[in-house]
Amino acid sequence: MSEYIGTGEILLLSVTRFWPTWLAIAITLAVCWPLRERLGVFGRLYGSMIGMCGLIIVLFWVFTAIFADAIAVIGPLEQSFAAGMKKGTPGVTDPQSGIIFLWGGDNLARDVFSRVVHGSRIVLIVAPAATLIAYMVGATLGLPAGYLQGWSDSISSFLANLILAFPIILLFYLLVTPEVRTPHPVDLGLFTIPWSIPIGLAAVFFLFPIIFICTMWFTKYENNQAKLISYLGVTLVIGFWAYSALVFNSDPFGVLAMEPNMLNVFAAVILGSSPGVFRIVRGLTMDIKTRDYVAAAQTRGERPWYIMLWEILPNARGPLIVDFCLRIGYTTILLGTLGFFGLGLQPESADWGSMINHGRPFVRLANTAHLALFPALALMSLVLGLNLLADGLREESMKD
Amino acid sequence: MFMFVLRRIGAMLATMFALTFIVFYLVNLPGNLEKIAKTEGNMRMTDEQVASWLEKEGYSRPFLIRYGEWIVGTVQGDMGYSRVFRKPVSEVVGERLGHTGILMFWVMIVMVPMSLIIGIMAGMREGSFLDRSLSVGSIASTSAPEYVTGIVFTIIFASYLGWFKGIAKAGDVTFENFTLPVMTMAMYGMGYIARLTRASMVEVMTSQYIRTARLKGLNFRSVVLKHALRNALITPFTVIMLQFPWLLTGVVVVEAMFNYKGFGFALIQAAGNNDIELLLAISWVAVIVVLVTQLISDIGYAYLNPRIRVK
Repeated sequence: MSEYIGTGEILLLSVTRFWPTWLAIAITLAVCWPLRERLGVFGRLYGSMIGMCGLIIVLFWVFTAIFADAIAVIGPLEQSFAAGMKKGTPGVTDPQSGIIFLWGGDNLARDVFSRVVHGSRIVLIVAPAATLIAYMVGATLGLPAGYLQGWSDSISSFLANLILAFPIILLFYLLVTPEVRTPHPVDLGLFTIPWSIPIGLAAVFFLFPIIFICTMWFTKYENNQAKLISYLGVTLVIGFWAYSALVFNSDPFGVLAMEPNMLNVFAAVILGSSPGVFRIVRGLTMDIKTRDYVAAAQTRGERPWYIMLWEILPNARGPLIVDFCLRIGYTTILLGTLGFFGLGLQPESADWGSMINHGRPFVRLANTAHLALFPALALMSLVLGLNLLADGLREESMKD
Repeated sequence: MFMFVLRRIGAMLATMFALTFIVFYLVNLPGNLEKIAKTEGNMRMTDEQVASWLEKEGYSRPFLIRYGEWIVGTVQGDMGYSRVFRKPVSEVVGERLGHTGILMFWVMIVMVPMSLIIGIMAGMREGSFLDRSLSVGSIASTSAPEYVTGIVFTIIFASYLGWFKGIAKAGDVTFENFTLPVMTMAMYGMGYIARLTRASMVEVMTSQYIRTARLKGLNFRSVVLKHALRNALITPFTVIMLQFPWLLTGVVVVEAMFNYKGFGFALIQAAGNNDIELLLAISWVAVIVVLVTQLISDIGYAYLNPRIRVK
């Protein structure tokens, strides 16, 4: 018979097992305290209760993801073969190895605690990365739409409204069905690449960071040939190396690679969140372009793209940072939705949405409810932290 | 105003055509068609047999002709035959929409008044203790998507307390049956609408005409009720309307979680079983719902806000 530990011990161990995280949060906050004057709006978070709570929750998950190997007791896919560990209630102890399943075992006798901790890694890589790319897409299209207006505005606004009018869940179902996502090889003469609609979407979206950064160099160093060429060269080489590795899974050196399922998830999530970014960037651009410093730059004879990237964008950073925080939370929710419907990563993956999906059938009995409860709480706390942080940042930046 | 409405309707029709075209293309990809042939015929069909089956059923005619036929049929109310339910699609969709409509009605009844009251109470005295606690509550509720609140509510109210069953039968409107799904869905939207109402209320409360009303000697209550309320509710109105696309995702999540056989559940069944005609009809209805609510929200905003109406 397996042994159990009491509720008090579970609570205590749940806190102490995260010791690397607590230590890292304490160090970060202590180190940043003397620098708070120089950190701008982030430094002023020390004065805001809500913002500070949000920051601590977000840091908690960031450091948990970084130190996941030290915190998790066993791997996310390791099963226990002792009797009574399947769906074992929280605090059950494995009689063979002596490992305590702090938050219980799942239906395959894997440790829920370790899986939630490892899952934070997936969520905290995919959500911010997808949001960042969605931002590049939204900014590259939204800046000219707001600044130049005209036909580029009409076309991209129509596209954005098209995606926004589409129920996102239906889009996910259509994009991630096996028939649509299975890649088939396409021969381009020189080399063969895998091709499917999600890969095609990702191929378009992942181009935007490269375009965005190159345009930045072009406009900044137009008169400084040497610098321009070296910066462009580095960007293009690294950019296209990462591009071919991530999108077409054909890294010549075999260092970078992304699972096909992960790429589908990226494509779906970026598609779902870039229209929102487009709208906010476009709105801010239309607001800022009437300011005096933009008029000054126009009089100086600066090119439109220089004004957009080096005058308007830096001055829109306040609202954009707030929106970025909110949008990471939104992306996390989208990612969870994909997992919840079993459309996301591999079924055995430890991301929180998939865990909720697998725990769902057991949720109506009190002694198996923990399967879905802990990943659900983890997801909620991360999104809550991001929302509180965004709220704190907004409060502080409004004080200017 | 008339031209404004006309332009909106034009944009709406263009969006609808573009979207149905995309959906039609996606569900009619060769892989999907091959799978239909194999599930309808038998799994071990050779490629030639698949091709001849598709030929016989009319799937191998030119894409644009089939799209045109589908549009004409759909506009006339004939959306084809559902292979999963073995019924005409229009029957399935009509029945399921009814079930979901009842659910949505109760969600709106719970969500809208509560969120407006919370927003107005928080926004009428900015920075007060009440404002701060209600705002944090709203942030917390927007942080929990339906699949999280649904799980937490089921565990608390069904698994531990045993008050409800944790599943909801369609077409049976009882307190026991509906409380959990309605609560789950109302929760997520509530925080969002409450925050917007609060922001709009705060803006109105700092405006000149409210100050005038206060200086005239009116008491706080009647200033809030008579002067501030109408102006503060313009933004939330449009936002409530724009919530529909998101509510649709919520519907799918909640119906899947509570086994409620409504529109969202039909979507999952159609997508899971590759029932392309049903899937097309569902997308079409979903897109129409979204676009019509957007239209109502635009027109309603213009109607409620005199400054826009005059322009």
